[in-house]
This record gives sequence, C-alpha cells and structure tokens, in this order.
Amino acid sequence: MNLAVNIGQLRMPNPVTVASGTFGYGIEYSPLLDLNQLGAVTVKGIRLHPVRGNPPPRTAEVTSGLLNAIGLQGPGVDGFIQKYWPFLRELRVPTIINIWGTTVEEYAEVARRFDTLEGVGALELNVSCPNIKEGGAQFGTDSRLLSRVVAACRRVTTLPLITKLSPNVPSIAPFAQAAAEAGSDGLSITNSFPAMAIDIETRRPRLANVTGGLTGPCIKPMAVKLVWEAARAVKIPIIGMGGIQSAADAIEFMMAGATAVAVGTANFYEPQTALQILAALRQFMERKGIVDVKEIVGAVQTDH
Amino acid sequence: MLEQTVEIVANVRAADLYFQLVVRAPGIAPLVQPGQFAHVRIPSLKAALLRRPFSIYQVNGDTFSLLYKTVGQGTAALARMLPGEVLNVIAPLGRGFTVPRDDAALPLLIAGGYGMAALYLLAQRSPRPGIVFVGGRRRADILCVAEFAALGWEVRIATEDGSHGEKGLVTQPLLAAIRQPAPPGRHFRLFACGPTPMLHAVGQIAQEFNLPAELSMDTHMCCGIGACLTCVIPVKSGDGWAYQRVCTDGPVFNAQELLWTIPPAPPVPVAPSNPLPPLPALDSPGSGEKRLTADRERQGSRDIQGEVSS
Ligand SMILES: Cc1cc2nc3c(=O)[nH]c(=O)nc-3n(C[C@H](O)[C@H](O)[C@H](O)COP(=O)(O)OP(=O)(O)OC[C@H]3O[C@@H](n4cnc5c(N)ncnc54)[C@H](O)[C@@H]3O)c2cc1C
Ligand SMILES: Cc1cc2nc3c(=O)[nH]c(=O)nc-3n(C[C@H](O)[C@H](O)[C@H](O)COP(=O)(O)O)c2cc1C
Ligand code: FES
Repeated sequence: MNLAVNIGQLRMPNPVTVASGTFGYGIEYSPLLDLNQLGAVTVKGIRLHPVRGNPPPRTAEVTSGLLNAIGLQGPGVDGFIQKYWPFLRELRVPTIINIWGTTVEEYAEVARRFDTLEGVGALELNVSCPNIKEGGAQFGTDSRLLSRVVAACRRVTTLPLITKLSPNVPSIAPFAQAAAEAGSDGLSITNSFPAMAIDIETRRPRLANVTGGLTGPCIKPMAVKLVWEAARAVKIPIIGMGGIQSAADAIEFMMAGATAVAVGTANFYEPQTALQILAALRQFMERKGIVDVKEIVGAVQTDH
Repeated sequence: MLEQTVEIVANVRAADLYFQLVVRAPGIAPLVQPGQFAHVRIPSLKAALLRRPFSIYQVNGDTFSLLYKTVGQGTAALARMLPGEVLNVIAPLGRGFTVPRDDAALPLLIAGGYGMAALYLLAQRSPRPGIVFVGGRRRADILCVAEFAALGWEVRIATEDGSHGEKGLVTQPLLAAIRQPAPPGRHFRLFACGPTPMLHAVGQIAQEFNLPAELSMDTHMCCGIGACLTCVIPVKSGDGWAYQRVCTDGPVFNAQELLWTIPPAPPVPVAPSNPLPPLPALDSPGSGEKRLTADRERQGSRDIQGEVSS
C-alpha cells in the first residue's frame, strides 16, 4: 500500500499533516504523539521580526467551530531558528514553514532566509494577512498582488512553495491559477473564514480584535467546495484543510481533489486526530482495495 | 504530561453548584504537582469542541479529583456523568506553585470560590501548616474548610453577604494577618487562586508589603499545552513586556511579573461612540467566575493590528 505523496519536490511519507498555527512548532505536541508518524509538520506563521500578537481574548468557541484572532504572534525568523529549528531538523519527516510578511519584499526576505537553512521541507506562503504597503489590499484577495508575492519568493528560493489561499474571494479559481502561474508548487486550501461573535450579556464582541477567523467542523463543506473548484482550475497539488476530524473528512477532501490534508482545530481537542486519521485511512484503502492513496485524489464523480 | 482515558470513580455534589469528580488515572496521579491542571474532554459535548481546564484538587494513590462549579454547558454536562463512565484528560499541565522547602516560610493561602481546588495540594505538601483565607459571595461559595482544617491549617473565612465568617472581601482578614509581624524566624509567603479581581488585589497587597506572592491565573484555553497562543496574558519581560501563555508559562506566576492591563499601543483612531447606554456588568451564569482583567479592560487600550487574525 502506498501512502506517500509529493507536493512539488516535497515528499511526504503519507498525506496527513497538521495546519499552521494549530500545532505550535511541533515540540509542544511531542509528548503526546510521535511526530515522525505524520506526513509533515507545519509550523505557526513566521515573519521577519518577532510579533506580539493581539490582545486577549483571542479565541471564542462557537457551535461546531472556533473563532480566533491570535494576531500571528511569533518569534521572527531568528528566534524561530534559534529556539525551534534544532528540534525540528532532527525529525525524520519534513517541516513545512508557514511564512508571511507585510510587503512583497518582506515575504521574499523571509523566503530567502529559509532557503539558506539546511533541511527545510517547504515554505507555505500565508497570503491571508492584511496591513500591507500597497493600498491596504490583502495579498490573498488581490490576484495581482498574490502573483507578485509568489513570484518574488520563487526568485529567491528553490524550496517547494505552497501558497495558502484565502477563502474570502468570490471565486477561488483565478487565485489558484495566479499562484500556479507565478511558480507555486502547491496550494493550501483553506485558511479561516472572517467571522464574529457577540456576548449578548455584555454587548461586547467575544474577541478583543472584534472579528476573527472561523475554523473547525462548521467550515468543512465550504472548504471542500473550495478545494474542488481549485482542483478543476489548476494541475498543481493541493493540501486540503478546514474542519477535518476524521478519516472520512480527510477522504472527502481528497476526493474533491486534495493530494494531502491538514488537521487544524481538531488538534486542540484531540491531539491524536492526525494519527487516528492515518490508521483509518489505511483501513479504508484496504476495504476498497486501493493500493495507492493517489487513486483517491480527485475521485469524486460529478455529472459535469 | 499524558493523554489518558480515565474512569470516573465518583462524581458528587460537594455543595450548591460545586461538584467533586474523582477519576482513576494511574499514569497521571503520581506526576501531579500543586497548582497543575487537567484539560478535560467532555464526551457529551458535540457542538462545543474544546476541552475544559480544571485544577487538580486532590491526589490519592492512582486517583485524582477535580472540584468544579457548574457555570455553563461543559460543567453542566460533566455534572451529569456517572461512575464507570470514561473521560479523556490531558494532565498534569502547567507550572504550579513553588512548595516551600523549609520551615521558615509561613504560607498564607488566599482562595476565592473554586480557587480552593488549586491550593489543597500545596497545603498538603507544605512542610508546616499556615493559614488559608477563603472568600466567596455567600456561605455556599466557601468550600473545603474541613479538608484544610484536617491538615492542621487555620482557616479564616470572609463572605460578601456576611453569611459565613467575616463580612467583606477575603483581602480584609489577609491584611489583618500581615499587618502583624510574622512569628520570629518565619516569613510570610502568599499563594492565591480565585477570581481575577481578587488576584489583582492580592498582587497589590504583596507589592505594598513587599511579600513574595504566587498567583494562579485563569484564562480561556484551547490546546492547554502551549501551541495555540490563546491563553496569553501580558507579563513583564526585560525592559518591556510580552504575552505569555497561562497554560505552560503559568498558570502560576510571580505577582511582580504580572501586568494587569495591556500597555497602550500607538494611538488608534477613536471608535464612534456607542449610541446605547452601557449595560451594567451582569453576573451571567455562563460567564464563569473568573475572567482575565484584560477582558474587561481591553476597551481602554487595544493594540489592534488591523484585522490580523490567526
Ligand atoms: C488553569 C485553570 C484552572 C481552573 N480550575 C478550575 C477548577 O478547579 N474548578 C472550576 O470549577 N473551574 C476551573 N476553571 C474554570 C473552568 O475551566 C471553566 O469554568 C469552564 O471551562 C467552563 O466551562 P463551561 O462549558 O461550563 O462554560 P461555558 O461558559 O459554556 O464555556 C464556554 C467557553 O468558555 C470557556 N470558559 C468559560 N469560563 C472559563 C473560565 N473561567 N476559565 C477558562 N475558560 C473558561 C470554556 O472553556 C469554553 O470554551 C479553571 C480554569 C483555568 C484556566
Ligand atoms: C488558533 C489558530 C491559529 C492559526 N494560525 C495560522 C497561521 O499562523 N498561519 C496560517 O497560515 N494559518 C493559520 N491558521 C489557519 C489553519 O492553519 C487552518 O487553515 C484553518 O484552521 C482551517 O483548518 P481547521 O478547520 O481544521 O482548523 C490558524 C488557525 C487557528 C485555529
Ligand atoms: S491554551 Fe493553547 S497556548 Fe495556552
């Protein structure tokens, strides 16, 4: 039975990774599960400099989901390399480093810094963050800017580039195409959905940041649709994510067109989720007589 | 730290809205240090995804117990669980209290409501008994008095409605005690767990009297193991400050490290004023007993970074 998949030059021993920001830097979860069983470890978003993050409260539980506005708190490139890389480089499975910036130049600089670091598996470009020089538009919702970010990173690194798309667009296909044409080796779909919750007793928003990103099982059907649409628009592989908590969820994403999947919010309530999915995926393949997991990718049958 | 599916041995009402849950957890129980917590998945909650954090109250052989107040859907569902049923827990978590090593320390424990739970093991493992100050709104909120007394500790009680012990806040009997000099050769050390305003007051008292104090903080948590950065509070760091995680850098912090408000950020545009008059702060059952001060004070100083989420 073959479970290995490729995202460009990134070879994952199996198709199940974890979603950026839901698994820290891997080390936090290492007492609870064997990270070497994962397809890859994906770390929290990193920009050039340390980031303080948003004031608390930063999350709110909602029906079958979670709202968050962490504010991309992080140690910056140097802090990450010093504090977390010694642990991650020892893993036998690849590390996907999620990066972001506030300008095209910053993205490229972060990509360049990681290009020189021995052992990085891939870079995942988080293009769903605002506050940029160019007129305040978001990289993830302006396909022209998206192309520039991807192209700028492509110029400075030979590492596999995975562009993590925003769901906050009228149609995802042009964004998927823009990323692919600019040199992205793969796509991650999806990031969180903009959302809000209010405490009716106090009339205050439940997040200090007022709005945040919605994740968890409640977004899964929307995420599956985004993956399906993107998969029809491009040939590059997709890492599907959004509310995955079981092998059935993972297989659904793969049938929609995802080559690999990432477990996000579910890590918070069940740290074993990714490994449980892997075990149940093997059983599913056995039961269906599937010898290569790639047979599942895009296997959905539609009439159009 | 271990993730384990544990069997419920007992789950009984201790008083009013408070319950005591005992679970058999052979791998976990021997590891527990005073002030650590368990992150509990409540199986019947389907649409509410997150685990709930609870201080570990007592340890007995291969069992440990929690003392919890029913404040919302999770704790209400927990209260309906029966012996023989199982729960999944991740425990023990966090950095707890520093147990005094020598006889010179005279530990003064200050607890509000279920804060008593976090302090019991500390009392049990301290080399010499001290005094525990227990506060609550009314008689029903005063827990564990007999348990602390059985350890040889003196218990001083204050209730806001005067229905039990002194009338007023728990800081009153505390102040009365520390205004007296400590017995010869001994020095006071404060340890507190309870609602955030109580912790804040204890922190101020510790500063005023120049006493060491350790405070167990309470914030909302997702992962409980340091990965998600949900549970942060502002803590002094070098010349400035940084957000630290209550789940792994705490829940116990030295009082002098803590910043009780988030320092103002570069000026943000003034928000349009709310046309409705402000509501009085309501004491809703769902909002829990303890909330980070920053919850309430965030409107004063927010360093909003646009809409940066995640
Ligand atoms: C380190 C620590 C130790 C704690 N120890 C105890 C204890 O010993 N006994 C006890 O009764 N309670 C304790 N709490 C508080 C307890 O976690 C909450 O009362 C509980 O999560 C409420 O869940 P609920 O579903 O009943 O309430 P709901 O209001 O329905 O919960 C909704 C959401 O808010 C979160 N939440 C609500 N109140 C709190 C709170 N005060 N702290 C953290 N998260 C909250 C829940 O996790 C959930 O995500 C502790 C909290 C922390 C952080
Ligand atoms: C607390 C939290 C923090 C996150 N941080 C990041 C991040 O730093 N970078 C990023 O690209 N995505 C981040 N995400 C988005 C996730 O990687 C993922 O795309 C999203 O949560 C959807 O998957 P899920 O529903 O399984 O959680 C974060 C999500 C959560 C819940
Ligand atoms: S709860 Fe996740 S970091 Fe503290």
